[in-house]
Amino acid sequence: MKRRTLMKLTAATSLALSMMHGPAFADAHVDPIVIGAVAPKTGPLAGGSTVSHWPNIALWAGQINARGGLNVGGTMHPVEIIEYDDQTNPGETIKAVQRLATQDEADFILAPYGTGLNIAAAPIFARYGYPQITSTAITDQVAELSAQFPNMFFTLGGSKGLAEGAVEVLVNLRDAGDIGSKVAMVNVADAFGIELAAAARPALEAAGFDIVYDSSYPLGTQDLSPVVKGAANAGPDAFLAWSYPGDTFALTELSQIEGMDVKVFYTAVGASFPAYYGRFGAAAENIIGAGGVNADSQAFQDYRAAHMAATGAEPDYWASAMMYSSLQVLEQAIEGAGTIDRAVVSQYIKDNAFETVVGTIDFDAQNNNASFWTVGQWQDGVFRGVASTGREGAVDVKIKTGWE
Amino acid sequence: MDILITGLLLGGTYALIAIGLNLQYGVARIMNLANGEMLVIGGFSAFWAHTNIGLSPLLTVFILAPVAFGLNWLIYRVMMVPLVKRAKTRGQLEVDSILATFGLSFVLVGLMLAVFGGDYFNYSYLAVPIRIVGDTYALNRVMAFVMAVIICGLIYLWLNRTRAGMSIRAIATAPDAARLVGIDVRRLSALTFALGGAVTAVGGAYISTFLTLDASTGVVFTLKALIIVIMGGVGDVRGTIVAALLLGVLESFVAALIDPGLTLAAAYAMFITILLFRPQGLFGRKPT
Amino acid sequence: MTLPDWKTVGGAAVLFGLAALLPYSGSGYYLGLGITIAMFAVLATSWALFSGPTHYISLATAAFFGVGTYVTGLGFEALPYWTLPLIAGVAGAVLAGLVGLATLRLSGVYFVIFTLGLAELVRQIITWSQNRSGQKGLYVLTDMTEAGIYWQLLGLAAAVFLAGWLIARSRLGFALRIIGDDETVAAHSGINTALAKVLLFMVSGGVAAMVGAILAPRFVYIEPSLAFAPILSFQVVIMALLGGTGRLWGPLVGVIPFTFLLEAIASNFPNQTTLALGVAFLVIVYLLPRGFVGLIEDAKARMRRTEGAL
Repeated sequence: MKRRTLMKLTAATSLALSMMHGPAFADAHVDPIVIGAVAPKTGPLAGGSTVSHWPNIALWAGQINARGGLNVGGTMHPVEIIEYDDQTNPGETIKAVQRLATQDEADFILAPYGTGLNIAAAPIFARYGYPQITSTAITDQVAELSAQFPNMFFTLGGSKGLAEGAVEVLVNLRDAGDIGSKVAMVNVADAFGIELAAAARPALEAAGFDIVYDSSYPLGTQDLSPVVKGAANAGPDAFLAWSYPGDTFALTELSQIEGMDVKVFYTAVGASFPAYYGRFGAAAENIIGAGGVNADSQAFQDYRAAHMAATGAEPDYWASAMMYSSLQVLEQAIEGAGTIDRAVVSQYIKDNAFETVVGTIDFDAQNNNASFWTVGQWQDGVFRGVASTGREGAVDVKIKTGWE
Repeated sequence: MDILITGLLLGGTYALIAIGLNLQYGVARIMNLANGEMLVIGGFSAFWAHTNIGLSPLLTVFILAPVAFGLNWLIYRVMMVPLVKRAKTRGQLEVDSILATFGLSFVLVGLMLAVFGGDYFNYSYLAVPIRIVGDTYALNRVMAFVMAVIICGLIYLWLNRTRAGMSIRAIATAPDAARLVGIDVRRLSALTFALGGAVTAVGGAYISTFLTLDASTGVVFTLKALIIVIMGGVGDVRGTIVAALLLGVLESFVAALIDPGLTLAAAYAMFITILLFRPQGLFGRKPT
Repeated sequence: MTLPDWKTVGGAAVLFGLAALLPYSGSGYYLGLGITIAMFAVLATSWALFSGPTHYISLATAAFFGVGTYVTGLGFEALPYWTLPLIAGVAGAVLAGLVGLATLRLSGVYFVIFTLGLAELVRQIITWSQNRSGQKGLYVLTDMTEAGIYWQLLGLAAAVFLAGWLIARSRLGFALRIIGDDETVAAHSGINTALAKVLLFMVSGGVAAMVGAILAPRFVYIEPSLAFAPILSFQVVIMALLGGTGRLWGPLVGVIPFTFLLEAIASNFPNQTTLALGVAFLVIVYLLPRGFVGLIEDAKARMRRTEGAL
């Protein structure tokens, strides 16, 4: 009886606290589940993690505690989040994960942010047996990595799938007679940009496209107008940019100014940010980009509303939902396994499928999530998924008609 | 032709980034590693004013400049004067100021994170095409170039035509002799340091109209500014302007004719080559 | 060697022996801190070997470090592991030699920024060639443990200290002290100042590259933005200067407290790490103008005075 009241009380308190970040619980009877989080709050990747990583953690912890906690074998345990800033420095990421594992004795640790930082932390996750459900690591070495680090999971998909998804969109448009076969393509000379471009090049050639302009630019280039002018002068039907957020904005603005006359305009990372539409408005209509979600699904609608209520900001239409889905996987695995024993939870993740905001996530033998959105498009102010590897709810892609 | 104009426009941007640091280093002898953060603060202010009260960046700078001037004057009085006092040699001051401003840059990044958050910020201002000799350019970049010309021109005139400017050049050349002829070195150093900071913040406001910034990006601009100032030669405004334009034109030519992937490599290669042949920079005086 | 020399060497050997026992404490956390300390101790000490006597501030550490990580990243599958740090050391020393020869005419702040530009140039070239080959990051999947990395760094640290100690006692060390005091005098008294400076720069460049090569397996994934992060160069300078470059052990007494300070800040101010770092930094710069070495020497002097008074 007493316990019941306490639980109600906890639930009420959690509800009150649910709008706050990282709730702390002073409940002596139910031990909170300690969950560590390491990601950049400063440094080169801080801009991205502030949009799509940290808000989801606050949202998720708030939601769980609002309903009384995680149900572990019949007892409700609130979650307590311990956050560290790794300053986008792999040495710091390693130290922080180490600290969470040994000093804070975290029950679980959320995967860090970005490919390099996730892989740098993987040996520590493996040594202490923490499941590492990555949502921002893109690699073509999934097989090797999951062989070496058996509890490392990949949800975001591979660069090959993303690039080929974009090519597939082009193929469909060409077959429908909407566009010709001239493609201009640029990429940022950094990990993800290089990998996407390297995957897209052979795919475009195999599909019979004519790459009329192909160039890279260094990360941090302060003037991309030569790139945009070069691409525009080649007279392409489609423009593909394997870009990062900063250059995604710059390339779009310059193409708009240049009046680049293309029917397909693609930018990679950043196109799915709400700020992108906020910045370009109607000019962003029919621009396509990496990622996407099933924007009309009830799951995403609910998620979007909760994200806005809890953090005051819109989620982005790709990485945010992916990040949140990785948290849902962890949550369902802990509750499903009914224990906080990490080995059992890891095994549970391998053996089961999870219903998430992005749809079903079911890891294959290499801990890889094979179904993911590859291309999205801004339509009526919403970035809707138009191509995927096995996701439902894709809408038809439209061609771009001018910049107004 | 359009390559040249693109390059000159970029050069204007670089001049905005570097000219303030040149003043701060050339006269006050402070190698200010927090230069980039000051620039981002300027950008943040313009962004905030534009999105919240709809103020054009062109007007924001008239508020921003005096505020940044005051802020930098305070930084000099509170933080740098003790270092100047305790430094026995110019080398000692250089080392101390590098350490102190490095710490300051962290403090400023931390404050920006606390106040604005770590998000990217970006807004649309004058993002419209303008035609110059048959080619289109972004108006916001052209505007930044024009402002760079005006700012650099004013600074040049001020240094060469006014009494205060003469004194400042005297300090840059021979600080000890300047003191002997009755120039108040400390007051003028503070003035120049503050002026340099204000110019950098104003430059940041213009640059924010076409670059996406976030709280942590300052260091990128600091690195660029250091390279340009050193390449041009310390303590000479003309050197910085020429170096900025050269860099802009070089990057634009490499991007258009060779490979955009090599622009930054070419920029650093040019910097290194210039220093190899002119160790004191383009316009620098030979150390005695 | 004289008796005090043996005492110094013996004392250092005992300290290193004790440090080598750290992995047996069973705490991965302290081992992780140990690696950070060992890494910065090696980098800062070797940096100070060159910069202490010459007063040249080099910001090229990241360039050498990055080259070292790439040696491991490119070579670990083809070559036996133990050769990699050596190859990296040679590569770093050769690069440093070239740079040293090219920059002899530069002085003061020009040298500082030149080395910074060099690091960025190397990074840009590697990035561009990666883009050319269509290959993004390198994966260094080895079975190297944290303890193994720690011991390698410790061994390297011992070598650096020994080298520094020997250099200080050699003709080269004598030459360098004179250069530091007055380069003109040094040149007039028949010392080949250029050669002395370049040699030392090669030592510090080679060592930084070796550190990079040893640490590459720890990062697993190597890409230019992580391997050549300019912040590393600054951290090394800061730690060395905070310790004090006038003594061989100076940088070490900067690195150890600073690492613990960073750790305390990172764990206690997760949302204001940067701000707290900056404030801590300013406090040190203003309150400890001569670094920790100055603090220690002042304390010693005070003790002597007190003893004298008694």
